[in-house]
Amino acid sequence: MYPAMTPFLAQSEPWISFDVAGLAEQFWNNTVDGLAQGGIYALVALGYTLVYGVLKLINFAHSEVFVVGAFATWLTFYVLGFRAGVTPELSVVEIILFLGIACVVAMAVSGGTAVLLERVAYRPLRNRNAPRLVFLITAIGASFAIQQTLRLIFGLNQQPQIRLLQPEPLFRVFGATVTNIHVILIVAAVLLWFVADYFINRTRLGRGIRAVAQDPDTATLMGVNKERVIVITFLVGGLLAGAAALFYMMRIPQGAIYNGGFLLGIKAFTAAVLGGIGNLRGALLGGLLLGLVENYGQSLFGGEWKDIVAFVVLIVVLMFRPTGILGESLGKARV
Amino acid sequence: MSGARLTRVLVLAAAASLALGACAARDQGSSSGDTTGSAAAPSQAADAANPRGDGNAVCSGVSIAYAGTINGNSAALGQNILRGADLAVKQHNEANPNCQVTLKQFDTEGKPDKAPGIVTQVINEPDILGVVGLPFSGESKAAGNLFNQAGLVAITPSATNPALADNGWKTFFRGMGNDAAQGPAAAKFLTETLKAGKVCVIEDDSEYGIGLAGQVRDALGSKASCSDKVKTGQTDFSAVVNKISAESPDAIFFSGYYPEAGPFAQQLNDKGITAKFVAPDGVKDAEFLKGAGAGATNAYFTCPCVPEDNFTDFTAAFKQVEGADPGTYSPEGYDVMTVLLKGIDSGVTDRAAMLEFVQNYDGQGLTKKFKWNDKGELADTPVWSYRVENGKIVNNGQIS
Repeated sequence: MYPAMTPFLAQSEPWISFDVAGLAEQFWNNTVDGLAQGGIYALVALGYTLVYGVLKLINFAHSEVFVVGAFATWLTFYVLGFRAGVTPELSVVEIILFLGIACVVAMAVSGGTAVLLERVAYRPLRNRNAPRLVFLITAIGASFAIQQTLRLIFGLNQQPQIRLLQPEPLFRVFGATVTNIHVILIVAAVLLWFVADYFINRTRLGRGIRAVAQDPDTATLMGVNKERVIVITFLVGGLLAGAAALFYMMRIPQGAIYNGGFLLGIKAFTAAVLGGIGNLRGALLGGLLLGLVENYGQSLFGGEWKDIVAFVVLIVVLMFRPTGILGESLGKARV
Repeated sequence: MSGARLTRVLVLAAAASLALGACAARDQGSSSGDTTGSAAAPSQAADAANPRGDGNAVCSGVSIAYAGTINGNSAALGQNILRGADLAVKQHNEANPNCQVTLKQFDTEGKPDKAPGIVTQVINEPDILGVVGLPFSGESKAAGNLFNQAGLVAITPSATNPALADNGWKTFFRGMGNDAAQGPAAAKFLTETLKAGKVCVIEDDSEYGIGLAGQVRDALGSKASCSDKVKTGQTDFSAVVNKISAESPDAIFFSGYYPEAGPFAQQLNDKGITAKFVAPDGVKDAEFLKGAGAGATNAYFTCPCVPEDNFTDFTAAFKQVEGADPGTYSPEGYDVMTVLLKGIDSGVTDRAAMLEFVQNYDGQGLTKKFKWNDKGELADTPVWSYRVENGKIVNNGQIS
C-alpha cells in the first residue's frame, strides 16, 4: 500500500539506519524482551509444526486458535470481576489462582477450537481425499471465518486491557532489567516445550503421532487409529496455543482484538519453518531466535524493519538450510 | 517431498509471509473521545451560523451525504462527526418545513482501498449536492480525485494531512487546521509548556503519522533527539521502549493512532519511563485510556479540534437529539454541515452552484471562522491541547 512508500519518496529522515552503538547499548535489554516474545512464538509454532508433521498441512487457522485463547483469557479475567484500569493489588496466592484459572480456560477454549476446526473444516475434506491445496485454502477460509466472527461479537477495537500482574523488576543481568513477567514467560515457555517434547517422544500417544507422521498407511496397519491421532495432534497444538495466549496477554494485555492473531501467527509459522517445520526442537529454537533477531534488527535498522528483518532472516536461512536450521524431523526416524 | 521441491515451497511460503506482513499496513483511522473540563474553552460565538436559518427556505428533493467510517475502523470518530452533521440537518428541517434535506450515510470503513468504490456510489446519486467527509487522510488521498472529477463538494471535518490540499482538487475543503498547523503547535507545546529539552518522536506507518511526525521534527529542530518508527498492529514495543529508555528524554511524541498508542504508553510506563507522553488527534480517544491503563496518566494530546465544553446550546441539543455526548470533531461535523445547508437555503440546486457557494463562503461557525482559500484551507486554524484527568480527557488550553 502506498503509505509505506512515503518514507522512500518524501522523507528527510534516512529510510534505514545502522545504529551499532544503540544495538550494543540495548543489547541485553533486547535479549531479555526478545526471549520473552520468542517464547510465545515458540509455543504457537509448536501447533503449526505438529499439524504439519502429521498431515503435511499448514494450518493457517492456528493463529485464530491462538487469538480465541486471548479472548478466553480476557473474558475469564472479566468474569472473575476484574476490570480495565490500574492493576489491582493481589496476593501471590490469588495471582497464581486467577492466572491458573485463566490458563485452564484459555487452553480448553483454544484446544476445543482446534478440535472443532479439524472436525468441521478438515475431516470432511480428508474423507473425500481432497488435494492438498484445497486444505490450504480451507485453512485460510477458516481463519477468516473465525476472525470475522470475533469481529462481529467483540467489535473492531481491542478489549480494554485487564492485567493481574504488574511487571516488577526482579534482578539485572548485564545491565538489563529482568521483570517477573519475563521470568514467568521464559520459564513457562521452555517448561511447556519440555512437556510437549516428552509427550511426543516418550508416551504411547506421542509414539502414535510419530508413527502417523512417518507413514500413515503403515501406522494404520499396525493398529494406530489415524483419525484419533489427528484429533489429538490438533488438541495438543490448541492447548499450547491457549497457554501461549495467556502468556501473551500477561505481556500485552491489549492483545484481545479480532485480528490480533494474524501477524503473530505468521511470525510463529516463520519460527516453525526457521527451526525446521515438523521438528519440535526446531519450533523452540526458531521461536526464540526470531524473537531475538526481531529486537536486534529493530535496534540496528529502526522500528519499521522489525518484520522485514524477521522474514529476511528466514529466507537467508532457507537458502542455506532448505529444511530449516534443525531440519524437518517429526516424520523422520531419527527423532 | 523431495529436497528441492520442499525448498521451493518453503521459500515461496516465506516470500508470501513477507508480502502478507507488508500488506498489514494500516487502514487510515483517527480519533474520538470525551472531553470535559473547561480550561478557557471558547464560548459559542453569538454570530455562529445556525442551521435553522430564517425558516423560510424552499427546496425539494435535495440530499447531503456523510461518507466516512460508520461501523469500520475507528468507528467512534465517524459516529462523532455523523451525529454532529445529523444534528445540523435535523435542526434545519425542523425550522424549515418547506425545505426538507435528506442526510444520506455511506460507510467507507475508513479504508483507503474501500473509499473509491463508496465515493463512486455517492457521486452516482444525482440528488446529493454536497458531502461531509472523508474523515481520514488515507481515504481522502485515495478518493479525493473522484469528487474533483464529479465536481461534488466534499468538506472533511478531520483529515489533517497537509498534502491533501496540494492535489489541485477544486472540490476539496478542510474544516479545521492541518498538520502543518498542528505539528509546530505540538512542538511549541512540548518545548515551552512542558519544558522538554529532549523529545523522542515516534511515528507509525500511516500517511497521517509520517506526515505529522515530519512536521513536529522540523519544528523541534535539535530538540528532537531521537526518533523511531512502529508498525500498524504492532503490540510489542520492547525494542523501541529500550531505545527510549537509553535516551531518557523529557517527552515522547507519538505520531499515530490509539490502537498502537495504548500498549506503547503502557509499556513505557512499565519500564519506569516518566517522560511526558504527548500524542495528536489520532490518539485523543477514550479507547486510548482503556488501552494504556496507568500509562495514560502522563499523557497529553494536541488536536486541531475545538473543545465543546462551553458550546452550551450545541451540547444540550446534541445530547437531546443524538442521545450521546459530543466527541472529538463533533462540532466540526456540525459546522461543515451547516455550511452546506446554508448553500441549499440560498437556492442552490446543483453541484456546480454548491461548489461556487462554498468557494465564496465567509461566515462564523461554532468552532471558528469559515472562509477557504483556493486550496480549500482555512485561515483560522486553532489547535488545542488536552490532558488526562481522573480517567477523562480534558481541555488543557489553546496552543495555537
